Amino acid sequence: MSGVEFVPLSLTPMLIGVLSAIACALPGNFLLLRKQALIGDAISHVVLPGIVTAFLLTGIVAAVPMMLGAAGAAVVAVVMIEAIRRLGNIEPGAAMGLTFTTLFAAGVLLLEQSDTSGVHLDVEHALYGNLESLIWLDAIGWESLLAPVALAGLPPELARVAIALCGVVVFLWLFWRPLVLSTFDESFAQSMGVPTTALGIAVVMVSALAAVAAFDAVGSIIVIAMFICPPAAARLMTNRLEHQIAWSVVFAGLSAVLGYVLAGYGPLWIGFEDAVSAAGMIATVSGLILAVAAFCAPHRHRTGAPAL
Amino acid sequence: MLLDALTLQLGYNATLVTVGATLLGVASGVTGTFLYLRKRALVSDAISHATLPGVGLAFIVMVLLGGDGRSLPGLLMGAALSSWIGLLCVNLLTQRTRLSEDAAIGAVLSVFFGFGIVLLTVIQTMGSGRAAGLESFLLGATAGMLFNDAMVIAVGGALTLLVVVILRRPMTLLAFDPEYAAARGLNVQRMDLAIMALAMAVTVIGLKIVGLILIVAMLIIPPVTARFWTDRTDRMTLIAGLAGGAAAWIGASLSAIAPALPTGPIIVLVSFALFALSLLLAPNRGLLAVGIRHNRFQRRVHLRQGLLALAQGQPIYEAYTLRLLRRAGLAHADGVATDTGRARAAKALRDEKRWETVRQDQAFESAAALYDGLRDIETVLTADQTAEIDHRIGGPKEVQP
Repeated sequence: MSGVEFVPLSLTPMLIGVLSAIACALPGNFLLLRKQALIGDAISHVVLPGIVTAFLLTGIVAAVPMMLGAAGAAVVAVVMIEAIRRLGNIEPGAAMGLTFTTLFAAGVLLLEQSDTSGVHLDVEHALYGNLESLIWLDAIGWESLLAPVALAGLPPELARVAIALCGVVVFLWLFWRPLVLSTFDESFAQSMGVPTTALGIAVVMVSALAAVAAFDAVGSIIVIAMFICPPAAARLMTNRLEHQIAWSVVFAGLSAVLGYVLAGYGPLWIGFEDAVSAAGMIATVSGLILAVAAFCAPHRHRTGAPAL
Repeated sequence: MLLDALTLQLGYNATLVTVGATLLGVASGVTGTFLYLRKRALVSDAISHATLPGVGLAFIVMVLLGGDGRSLPGLLMGAALSSWIGLLCVNLLTQRTRLSEDAAIGAVLSVFFGFGIVLLTVIQTMGSGRAAGLESFLLGATAGMLFNDAMVIAVGGALTLLVVVILRRPMTLLAFDPEYAAARGLNVQRMDLAIMALAMAVTVIGLKIVGLILIVAMLIIPPVTARFWTDRTDRMTLIAGLAGGAAAWIGASLSAIAPALPTGPIIVLVSFALFALSLLLAPNRGLLAVGIRHNRFQRRVHLRQGLLALAQGQPIYEAYTLRLLRRAGLAHADGVATDTGRARAAKALRDEKRWETVRQDQAFESAAALYDGLRDIETVLTADQTAEIDHRIGGPKEVQP
């Protein structure tokens, strides 16, 4: 395949896919270890009402208000889960399920009630995203990577996802020691003076940031898959946190690239004419990686007491 | 208009939808109760998302076999099959690997759902618009419901309820004490799978009406609502069924009377409204009841402490205590006791001394266990016993210089 075809059509979607996959997988490692893996699921459901509300308030489909709306919805969801759990004395799983389904239903209702026929805003789009459409029309080949004029025409999603990824990396780098401490031994961390509650909220907020930025580009289904599958597969590979994070980044990148290629070219290889959903395929590939890890990864077995 | 809808006067299709939804609501509420008590409410999330590839595959298979592809029983069978596989994957991941259940749930739901979307895009390219309508399984669509669809839902719901009634005792045992259940010879794993299979049945039946994303709400919200009203499993099951049925009935009726009110989301929001009401108003566990109980307790503590302070001639700085004393006519605004106040204060101090004696005496052990600093001693001891205590304390004594 030549650069003339590859760079404008496939390079940017692939890059965006890889960057958002890694941005989600990094905080996903901590969510997994803190037994909060499904927070990613909850956040990606409540992004819909957030975006719809932002649209209704501002009347335009623009990135900044929508991301603010989605982030606001994530905060509302987290607060609501905690409130229901504490006030009603309800187990966390049920509180979470109750919250995100209700907010999602509210989002769908708002969407149906408001006149969004003129804009590109619907539930299917929110679920699958449209990775395939994030093409770089100004590029004419590999040389465009150095041409300022062409670079100005890059899809804005790429910059947003890259910024989110930087944010995640900076957060992890700055708070690495207290984060690790509070993840593995919360009471010890507390006794060392680490503000564990604030740190817990910060982890969720950073995850929400990654989710919202990635959601904008690739849809919620990849977001959930990338929060959980690469870290889970990495967890089965090693007992060291640094290695686990490295593995999860590798797995996330691999799923994004492989998934994109399989979705775009796989059907052609077996004789079909049209490509299939890249988002769905990336999630599927990450699941296959997890399945392989579950069958032959070196540290797949549980040691010590069985889980409850 | 709403009354018409609630009494099924709005025509054939609306009636079908309302009756079907209500049956589904009852079945999901009852089934969800056991899921909730077993603390595995979110497994339903994995189950419901895992139906999508089954729906897609069933459609493809039916089209390849030359059929219509949209026959509801066929699609539901495919959904059941793939969600069963998803369920087994969750179990395998939790039992065979070190991953916790929530990670397994998240992995299964996202991967199966992603694969389902791949299949949907395959179907879209397959044939001329025949796929139209498969997306409706995401959020449910009731507009084109046929009598046969309603029958599938009704029969499925009834069968699910029947199985729940048969299995309710072992399922309750399992939910409250799995070790004991295993010791009694119950096959815990198989019974767990049975609970999950019931949840799966409800999910599959509900795909048509509320769609796979929101069916989770119908399995979780009614049991949580019911939990506020009772501490007994049988009643909780009943209330959850009622709450689920009522939410579905009201929701389906509401969505029938106005355009742009999709059935699934409305049912979920009505269900949430019932939950919110219960959270506020339920006796004993509701926020209002807890608040009232807290206030009452606070008042008793303040009054008691205020009286003891009056009796010992100490000044009262706490504004709330002073206000309570004044409102009860026990003290003046400047904190000086009234005549009744002095009498009550003396009684409070005397009670305190009586309690002290009671708590030092082994013979009164059972009474002493009830001491909480607030209780009137007459509610615990008989008049004779009080007299004996008073005798032990004796009358006023001369102060030794």
